[in-house]
Amino acid sequence: MSVSYENSKIVFQGIKAAGITSLSALPETWLGLLLQQAERDPDITLIQVAREEEAIGIAAGAYFAGERHMLLMQNHGFLAAMNGIVSLAQLYGIPLCMLIAMRGHWGEPYPWHTRGGIVTEGVLRALNIPFEYARDPNIVGRQIREAYTFSQSALSPVALLLTRDLMEDAL
Amino acid sequence: MKRAECIGMLYPDLGDKVVVTIMGACAQELYDLGHQENFFYLQHAMGLASSIGLGLAMHLPREKVVVLDGDGSVLMNLGTLATLARYRPKNLVHIIFDNGSLLSTGGFDSHTTSGVTDLAAMARGAGVEHVTAVDSVMAFGEAAIDAFGRDDLSVIVAKVAAVGPNHYGMDLQLPENAFRFKRWIGARKGGGR
Repeated sequence: MSVSYENSKIVFQGIKAAGITSLSALPETWLGLLLQQAERDPDITLIQVAREEEAIGIAAGAYFAGERHMLLMQNHGFLAAMNGIVSLAQLYGIPLCMLIAMRGHWGEPYPWHTRGGIVTEGVLRALNIPFEYARDPNIVGRQIREAYTFSQSALSPVALLLTRDLMEDAL
Repeated sequence: MKRAECIGMLYPDLGDKVVVTIMGACAQELYDLGHQENFFYLQHAMGLASSIGLGLAMHLPREKVVVLDGDGSVLMNLGTLATLARYRPKNLVHIIFDNGSLLSTGGFDSHTTSGVTDLAAMARGAGVEHVTAVDSVMAFGEAAIDAFGRDDLSVIVAKVAAVGPNHYGMDLQLPENAFRFKRWIGARKGGGR
């Protein structure tokens, strides 16, 4: 399996079409091609973090500054960012638009990803974070735009889960 | 020296800065001097004040951003020092009040007590060029003047006594603080700055 170049491009175009000018990210395999495009784009400020919880603070700062910001992370990074999501974003009513690589789910060959993949949806539900799965390159652009719009109107974290169907090329 | 003395010294210069402070004693001491719309009090999420400061500074290049942080909070998010150094926002002043104590939770020693862990050395090691460690009010004032005037990322580590206010409480709800803080910034941007 390899990361889909075509669909990475489509997701990045969706981010651009949503008017996003600022991204925070912790690089991971499925997000790699996306982040390479963000690095090359002069209209995007890309901030790489050492640990995903930092990005919750950065996203809050970007929001206060009036910037259109999205967060890119793996689902295990989402789990690592938990207190920031709860005790900064949810506590103060700060929107977060998170694009989350959904590792450890259907088709996952690597044992180390599986436990995080199994609990991700349950944690999102427990935290009352609205989420959708992105599987289809034909509609992912619209899903990204709608996720951002909803985060801003609800003043809430929202999550779009980037699945294997979208991010990997089928053999 | 006391943190309250340092904050009192800074206060007259904070009127036009974007200010983020950590929870507890630090927030209360700033609030007690007189709340301003440009102050954001991070009353939880320990460790993220400097990350908020980075997000603000990178997107508001014409504003000076000041973060009032503490040893306990920085120790919860040490990666932030490396991220700050990497992106090096010229308009960010990161002040770490190091009282060697988790004061608000009963005064347990933090890792910086007795000089075991040196946060200034860690900031330098992370790659921050302008790091100043101070332990007197006079030296703190000089370091703050330098940092406010410098067109580069500055970190000040101020050794302070483990004492705080004798009361806690603010007439300010948390989302209200966030809304008004954002509105203050927006008005400055809209004002042609």
